[in-house]
Amino acid sequence: MSATEPVIRAEGLAVAFNGRTIFKDVTFDVRRGEIFVILGGSGCGKSTLLKALIGLVPLAAGRAWLLGEELAAADDDARRALLRRIGVMWQSGALFGSMTLAENVELPIEEHTDLPRPAREALARAKLGLVGLGDATGRLPAEISGGMAKRAGIARAMALDPPLLFLDEPSAGLDPITSAGLDKLIRDIARDTGATFVVVTHELQSILAIGDRCIMLDKEAQGMIAEGDPRRLRDESTHPTVRAFFRREAA
Amino acid sequence: MTATTAARIEVRPAEGGVALAVAGRLDAASAARLWPEAMGAARQGPVTALDLTALEGLDSAGAVLLLKAAPDAEARGASATVAAELERTRKALATVPPPPPPPPFRPVSDIGRATVHRARASVAGIVFLGETIVTIARVLARPRLLRWSDLLRHLDEVGTRAFPLTLLLGFLIGVILAYQSSIPLRRFGAEVFVPNLVGISLLRELGPLLAGVVLAGRTGSAFAAELGTMTVNEEVDALRIMGIDPLAMLVMPRLVAATLVMPVLALLMNLAGLAGMTLIMSTLGYPWAAVESQLQQWLSLQDLIGGLFKAACFGMAIAAIGCRAGLSAGRGPRAVGDAATAAVVGGIVAIVAMDGVFAVLFFRLGI
Repeated sequence: MSATEPVIRAEGLAVAFNGRTIFKDVTFDVRRGEIFVILGGSGCGKSTLLKALIGLVPLAAGRAWLLGEELAAADDDARRALLRRIGVMWQSGALFGSMTLAENVELPIEEHTDLPRPAREALARAKLGLVGLGDATGRLPAEISGGMAKRAGIARAMALDPPLLFLDEPSAGLDPITSAGLDKLIRDIARDTGATFVVVTHELQSILAIGDRCIMLDKEAQGMIAEGDPRRLRDESTHPTVRAFFRREAA
Repeated sequence: MTATTAARIEVRPAEGGVALAVAGRLDAASAARLWPEAMGAARQGPVTALDLTALEGLDSAGAVLLLKAAPDAEARGASATVAAELERTRKALATVPPPPPPPPFRPVSDIGRATVHRARASVAGIVFLGETIVTIARVLARPRLLRWSDLLRHLDEVGTRAFPLTLLLGFLIGVILAYQSSIPLRRFGAEVFVPNLVGISLLRELGPLLAGVVLAGRTGSAFAAELGTMTVNEEVDALRIMGIDPLAMLVMPRLVAATLVMPVLALLMNLAGLAGMTLIMSTLGYPWAAVESQLQQWLSLQDLIGGLFKAACFGMAIAAIGCRAGLSAGRGPRAVGDAATAAVVGGIVAIVAMDGVFAVLFFRLGI
């Protein structure tokens, strides 16, 4: 794919469960190197959209291209190669409970590369050091806090230096200080690595702190109601739901 | 996008050691290929110089390779992006403390750790036993403390739903025992005593024991998994904070249900086993009347009651061990699996050990 081509292209995406439409006609592009935020109220389909983009939820309509490849149309080899180039941090961290943090990060490296064990271990430690968990490499997920689990989830998502990272609710359930620290971490990683981030969140502070551009989904509208710079949407949008969201008002 | 070339390493002699020159793009695939070569060069002597003039780019795996092979070398000719990636990885690795040294006399420390762990588990088990006895006394004094709806649910789950499996196993065991014992007994012309052998084995020993194994595998593990999940989800803590005794609410209905149901399961196992044995005897030419006569002559009510009493004790032990395993589950998803395993293993070991004690006791009492 060319440097100017969007990292993600979504055209007319729709998802429905048991005949109930979650969203429809969702169309947007994500540009290389930006932090793109999918925002909206609870139950509007933010996380479902993320899962639809990475192929975990089937699309009822529309097409999506990641890094120039259409995941739904890819054969097994192309799909595996594409999945190697994306990283996902899950809302709960989704760390494997029987493995230490270092082993969690090492897992995709072992699966997708031929690096010898000392190299894998050092790389996993480096990734955990990058997210500030250098002193917790030997701990189990049950032994760390929620904020640390999110950081470890980011470290695992970054294990293979993917150019595209998806983060599902990275700051949900965290205190403001930890949340702000995580926002800074995401900003720093995006700046240092040049990776593109797609972040699903409804945390207003996070949206304004890290988002370069965003789309907003709405449960009532069953789709997108706004797109653009979150700060401009906050200041200039005339859409009542967008205004209510950014001003923290009851709809 | 510009084309990149696969990375390669050149090792040159240098003052006080060796120099490495790296060219191409050093990504994870290249790093995996070049790792032995780079580490081999590092073993030849300290890498004192790193020439990165021809390095087109690297990812974090490439950075790890360079930092491992040449931790103290001065990097020359690196582009801004390469230098930034190297610096970022160097800083990240610097935050990771070195792994702790292995403890001296590893087997000794392992034995010590296991002993302490076992001792603590034993103490916790005794505490649980004591608390359970106190709770039983409280429930006997105030029966409304027992949740009767839960008791009925557990009676159904532990009992009626286990009936088909118990009947099937009992029938098969009866068939197997009859066939196996008929072979040696036939050599002495004593085939007619097969019902005596199978009947006594089943009523006194195998019926309660096999019903116990069924209960431990089917119900003990379910108790542990259910209570373990509740513990992991902090539901048990929530009960305690609400002033509700988890032993009274969660353990008692299961304990009572298992204790009441086990004699029934053992009885079913006995009857199904005798039915299986009778079938085999009929194929060997012995009519039901002959089998019945042997059973009436040789089996006593004492054999049956002794076996059913043992079964009730087994049920209580299995339920207590399953509940204890669940309530003492650790944190994380692995804890539930560990609790279920501990319940099954602990339950089976406990009933076999108890059976040994009963064997000695019955022998001494002449039962």
